[in-house]
Amino acid sequence: MQPTDIQDPNYFHKVVDCQWACPAHTPVPEYIRLIAQERYTEAYMLNWDSNVFPGILGRTCDRPCEPACRRVRTEEKPVAICRLKRVAADNKGDVSDYLPRVPTKKNGKRIALIGAGPASLAVARDLLPFGYEVHLFEKDPVGGGMMRSQIPSFRLPEEVLNEEVDRILDMGVICHFGQEITSMKDMLEQDFDAYFVGTGAPRGRDLELPGRAEVDAHIHIGIDWLSSVAFGHTDKIEGKVIVMGGGNTAMDCCRTSLRLGAESVKVVVRSAFEVMKASEWEKEDAMREGIPIINNRPPKEYVHENGKLKGVLFECVEPVKGDDGRLTYVPSGEPDVFIEADHILMAIGQDNHCPWIERDIGMQFDKWDCPVLDEVTLQSTHPKVFFGGDSAFGPENIIWASAHAHQAAISMHLFCQGKDLKADRPPQGVNLLSTKMGVHEWAYDSHHDASERHLVPLVESKQALSNVKVEVELGFDQELGAAEAQRCLNCDVQTVFSESLCIECDACVDICPMDCITFTENSEEDSLRQRLLAPALNLEQDLYLSEELPTGRVMVKDEDVCLHCGLCAERCPTNAWDMQRSVVHIPQLGSFAE
Amino acid sequence: MTFVAKPRTHHPNLPLNEIGLTRRDYEGSVSTLCAGCGHDSVSAAIVQACAELSLPPHRFAKVSGIGCSSKTPSYFLNKSHGFNSVHGRMPSVATGANLANRDLYCIGVSGDGDSASIGLGQFAHIVRRRINMLYIVDNNGTYGLTKGQFSATNDKGSTSKKGVPNLYEPIDLVSLALQIGASFVARSFSGDKRQLVPLIQAGLRHQGMAFIDVISPCVAFNNHQGSTKSYDHVRNHSLNVVDADYIPINEEITADYPPGTTEEVRMPDGSTLRLHKTDNDYDPHDRVGALNYVQRRAEEGETVTGLLYVDPDAADCHEIMDTVHRPLNELGEAELCPGSKALAAINQSFR
Repeated sequence: MQPTDIQDPNYFHKVVDCQWACPAHTPVPEYIRLIAQERYTEAYMLNWDSNVFPGILGRTCDRPCEPACRRVRTEEKPVAICRLKRVAADNKGDVSDYLPRVPTKKNGKRIALIGAGPASLAVARDLLPFGYEVHLFEKDPVGGGMMRSQIPSFRLPEEVLNEEVDRILDMGVICHFGQEITSMKDMLEQDFDAYFVGTGAPRGRDLELPGRAEVDAHIHIGIDWLSSVAFGHTDKIEGKVIVMGGGNTAMDCCRTSLRLGAESVKVVVRSAFEVMKASEWEKEDAMREGIPIINNRPPKEYVHENGKLKGVLFECVEPVKGDDGRLTYVPSGEPDVFIEADHILMAIGQDNHCPWIERDIGMQFDKWDCPVLDEVTLQSTHPKVFFGGDSAFGPENIIWASAHAHQAAISMHLFCQGKDLKADRPPQGVNLLSTKMGVHEWAYDSHHDASERHLVPLVESKQALSNVKVEVELGFDQELGAAEAQRCLNCDVQTVFSESLCIECDACVDICPMDCITFTENSEEDSLRQRLLAPALNLEQDLYLSEELPTGRVMVKDEDVCLHCGLCAERCPTNAWDMQRSVVHIPQLGSFAE
Repeated sequence: MTFVAKPRTHHPNLPLNEIGLTRRDYEGSVSTLCAGCGHDSVSAAIVQACAELSLPPHRFAKVSGIGCSSKTPSYFLNKSHGFNSVHGRMPSVATGANLANRDLYCIGVSGDGDSASIGLGQFAHIVRRRINMLYIVDNNGTYGLTKGQFSATNDKGSTSKKGVPNLYEPIDLVSLALQIGASFVARSFSGDKRQLVPLIQAGLRHQGMAFIDVISPCVAFNNHQGSTKSYDHVRNHSLNVVDADYIPINEEITADYPPGTTEEVRMPDGSTLRLHKTDNDYDPHDRVGALNYVQRRAEEGETVTGLLYVDPDAADCHEIMDTVHRPLNELGEAELCPGSKALAAINQSFR
């Protein structure tokens, strides 16, 4: 196996599991340390820089970082990263001094953003400091997109949303609210220098079954219904409600129904509980509010009487795990189940839908109605038009929208400056800074804290269910936030090894609590992984391999379960090990992070 | 050293041994020795050896004298019995412990100062008496605790950190042990666990006095150029003559050494000691031959390592004295003090 090239920005970036898993590559351990130091404003701004909506995401993020957290592998439960983000947002001070300056003299280039959701807003934020004239077109009367229309306010209070949306609009976006774009051709004729489409995946799926036409008035498309609740057009739902679908929209629909006066609410899902698309915590939240989730019940028929919905007939199936680990469903033999309903909320997925983009203007679409895009630059087949968020590659989430936006903004900037979108793209990089402050002193808190994940306090349930606007989670207070912050393993403080200093005394091997380090003869990676003190069976985690040492052996470190406790460096007599903070540079326009 | 305790969190796949313990269960408290001290590697080797043998920690007596080496019993087997005794007097305490309870595994850890200077007399006599124990000397050739004076095992001509040469002949504890009756004599290096761990295992299982001289570099005072007990010097000037592999009962013996150089020695408990000789002419059962070989190589500036001599059938102290099989501490008063009639009968037998 070849020695590890630690100059490769991806090597240590990958060790920071949370940051690597975050589409926007938010430097998680760094902001958690800032929270531990009660530097909430800085923690907030570090987030804002990468993911643009820390307050919103601190409540609603899909949290790809949490299942990736090393703590899942070393103990069990991840650090509550998302809730810590909220701690930063809830406790921050005035951020105005930290915001990038927007020049009053513009650079002469005009940008059109279509749709005022997270993707477009993030593009606006990235481009404004460079002097672009940014126009934002939105069919709704306010900005926020799906963050406003699809996320109920008991999860995301309106003032949090407004604050972060307005922060960007106030940077000097020229807003055209209430103006639905119906023709891309017309837009192109207005001759903006570049266009960004961030219109999301606005079409909720419907389900054609016998009786569908007759009960039309009783069936509501989930995202449209949530939107009408958000904008105040719907303020109650009566009788028995069935929510069909197992994703996060289904969870939002059922919990919203409960708050709007439904007599009973049931979620019925075609598939098994463990493969439901909804995040683990969203399922838990719904069940805690007493909403049953009924699995393995594909619907067969809408049952009605004289045009009035009576309920839905469901088939009973059971999951069978195939050799490939995937579930297939076979009839369980139980008789069909009839569930009474007065309303059905349909939350079985959503699709991209751009009927307003004419298909004869040089933009290609694939068979799923998604635009054909370059995955790196997010440029469509029409060179002036860029995409991001759900409208780019289908439904994802807010954090992906931020990530797309950063890339699209770089592309649009390069495009407007007449540069090559790929060759002139700024590179990634990594800096390593020693954290050694003295004997046994490190610039980070190296002590391992074995505490279990802290639970978040909730508002009292009666109050929560009484009003759709009452936020359910109270969030961590400063004290709980500080305690949870201590659980972070500081995975960005890297164990960096210098071959030339090592005397092969084994002190690091003996002290490492996780048996990460082995000195052995080099070989191919497969056999090397087996020969380590603790075999390295997690192939997703890299081995850190040194050059050959004087005894002919190499140092091999399995990054998998390293606690970053720094004991190897504490025990090293020659400083061959050092704990160095890695700062990964993710190219981003207007980034002021290190 | 560090004051940071080693986290209890361990590798998720850390194996359990036959008695349901992990290797981490055999550790002690966190070491206060200098970072990189060879002694910590010896402690780690003891931890590994005991865990792999699945020995119950509470059946151990660990004894030591004074010095850096003698602090180390705190750093392994924290659920065992221990006695940190007076300088050079560990053998007396070990003898007492072993006489009182012959069923305990006894590990004595001493240093070159503790065993070759102030305790040389005690060392000689415990070896001579063949107390059933594993006697480890963490040998770094220097008095680290008092800032680096030469010890009695330091080679003549070897220099101090400031470059001053040692004027005296060294005491070689291996030669001494061979000469006065140890039935298991080995030398190893703290930086070579692959050699050291099996030696410790074999030594623990050996019935009688098992002595291991472990060259254990002092990173603070004796790890420079000019030292003959530095990591570099030992690596470049040691000659491993007999590799030992301890194979517990019931474990399949797999042969991966060329025939002719490998020999299997049955241990009294039924386990096997497999010896692999790197020098075909070396006979690890020839006490005088071993003594000559070690000294001749030493003349040539080479440190011989490995299992240098073993006699699995030699009598230990209890056998020599024909003591009762039950440990003395389990005997009741009636058995230990049979009364004046019995005494009179004994006296009578001498008349």
